[in-house]
Amino acid sequence: MSTKPGYLSTNTPSFHFYLAPLAWIRTNLFSGPVDSLLTLLALYLLWIGIPPFIQWAIMDADWVGNSRDQCIGGGACWVFVRVRLDQFLYGAYPTDQQWRVNLGLLLFVLLLVPIMLRQVPYKGVLAAFLIVVYPVIAYALFYGGWLGLPVVETHQWGGLMLTLILAVVGIVLSLPFGTLLALGRRSDLPVIRAACVTYIELWRGVPLITVLFMASVMLPLFFPEGFNPDKLLRAMIGIVLFQSAYMAEVVRGGLQAIPKGQYEAAKALGLGYWQTMGLVILPQALKLVIPGIVNTFIALFKDTTLVLIIGLFDLLGKVQQAFNDPEWLGYSTEGYLFAGFIFWAFCFSMSRYSQALERSLHTGHKH
Amino acid sequence: MTNEDPAPTGTPMVDIRGLNKWYGEFQVLKDIDLRVEKGQRIVICGPSGSGKSTLIRCINRLETYQQGRIVVDGIELSENLRNLEQVRREVGMVFQHFNLFSHLTVLENCTLAPIWVRRQSRAQAERTALDYLERVRIPEQADKYPGQLSGGQQQRVAIARSLCMNPRILLFDEPTSALDPEMIKEVLDVMIELAEEGMTMLCVTHEMGFARTVADRVIFMDAGCIVESAEPDTFFSNPRHARTREFLGQILG
Ligand SMILES: Nc1ncnc2c1ncn2[C@@H]1O[C@H](COP(=O)(O)OP(=O)(O)OP(=O)(O)O)[C@@H](O)[C@H]1O
Ligand SMILES: [Mg+2]
Repeated sequence: MSTKPGYLSTNTPSFHFYLAPLAWIRTNLFSGPVDSLLTLLALYLLWIGIPPFIQWAIMDADWVGNSRDQCIGGGACWVFVRVRLDQFLYGAYPTDQQWRVNLGLLLFVLLLVPIMLRQVPYKGVLAAFLIVVYPVIAYALFYGGWLGLPVVETHQWGGLMLTLILAVVGIVLSLPFGTLLALGRRSDLPVIRAACVTYIELWRGVPLITVLFMASVMLPLFFPEGFNPDKLLRAMIGIVLFQSAYMAEVVRGGLQAIPKGQYEAAKALGLGYWQTMGLVILPQALKLVIPGIVNTFIALFKDTTLVLIIGLFDLLGKVQQAFNDPEWLGYSTEGYLFAGFIFWAFCFSMSRYSQALERSLHTGHKH
Repeated sequence: MTNEDPAPTGTPMVDIRGLNKWYGEFQVLKDIDLRVEKGQRIVICGPSGSGKSTLIRCINRLETYQQGRIVVDGIELSENLRNLEQVRREVGMVFQHFNLFSHLTVLENCTLAPIWVRRQSRAQAERTALDYLERVRIPEQADKYPGQLSGGQQQRVAIARSLCMNPRILLFDEPTSALDPEMIKEVLDVMIELAEEGMTMLCVTHEMGFARTVADRVIFMDAGCIVESAEPDTFFSNPRHARTREFLGQILG
């Protein structure tokens, strides 16, 4: 009796496609009295919820203009978001320099898309470039101070741009660090094991807010006089250290699900420790825990909003800041909806991508 | 102990002396001495829990042991990691549950170790792999994943995977006991062919027909000891020990 990891992620295709629409409705929505009742209740709730919302958010909404005087329709005042969009996206980054951010983002997307598609050669090279070279390029581009690019201090970075920077750095670094920690926690060497367990349990037990606060207030106390790393950098370090501990536990779950026979077969073939892990165990273990990994990514993405506590203004921070503008008092619903929608769009894309990835990595089974 | 081992001819492939192993208080292997010459086929049988798997797993150090020495093809197994990897390269192993890598295709399963351990080029490794897949009669499955194959096919892939490393010894740990009856033969046929080509084999199995056809020597283990070691004819027709007779009585019905 051996557990085959590939067997766990079975997606049963829906066979309802073959039924006619009416039959489909019957079997899925009205297959019994309780079923029918729930269906009707759900329809009723949708009926009383959706139309007024659409009325408010679209029909009666005001879209164009540049001051609150244009908001007269009684619906949502998207003018507020429109006027503030620049700040929501780029923070205090100078408007005439924003092309640098766009260029950096474009480069990132151009590198990421081929990595995410399946049948592309040289993925390893691209990934290495993305992890090692790209951050340098992006930093040089965003910060400037060379080639005649004016310097934009990191405290001017903000909005969605800051959210994405924090999330990408956190995601890209916490996975490898977390994997190393997970391997360390299962190591045969007691010293390494103890160190990894201590690290994981320590960081997992502390709220992220505390970590960020410490990174911002306490960390400088330990640094030598005159060496005062940037606030953004400190926040990044805090996020990565914190999320790695979570990621480690997710990956460890995957490692534990791999049957002993896989290790033994690899050893018996003469593969060394790192080869066994890199070629046999991790590809299977990580595939198993894709849902958990993406779950952590999504949590991380949303947790970046906490940098507000140390005075960095990410997307949500910028939106909230705008509520205090006397010119625009009373439009927080629109602001929160906008921020919520952006966060949702990113998180939902990650989720969809992970599902597609799981399907494409599924290596089939008999039955 | 018996002393029917043939007279030593040159260096043995496997030389086990005074092997003892404990799990805590429990002694799994007791004073095992075993010598396997090049090209010999040894079949090991015995009741469940007698230590058969443990014994052959000591040969490629999937298990550690507390006392004794094991020399494989002139290389002594020791704590030295370099030695260990050298031995594992020369010793192939086929498991009861196949243990194929489920995220890799059949072909990739076969080429992984030759490429990463033997440092062969991909092209060369693939050529060798297709050769061996042909020998175990499943070249057409090369691009499938293990999960898409039957048990018998998977076990033949596992044998091909071991052969791709060009090992000098093959260890089998009950290669057919996880298989449905109709698939046992296809695996045994492959093993018989290997034996005929002169591969040194140590095989834990209860397939007594196989033992009769190909074994040079059949070893019976009980409670961690080698109780009887004899040529198949003698072993089956005239076992010396009561326990062997009892075991054969049970297994041959
Ligand atoms: N990791 C372990 N810890 C403790 N005891 C073990 C361990 N592995 C095996 N044993 C014990 O050692 C004994 C020998 O086990 P082994 O697997 O070698 O038996 P076997 O002859 O191969 O049996 P089977 O025919 O069931 O495979 C058994 O009694 C088993 O319970
Ligand atoms: Mg066994």
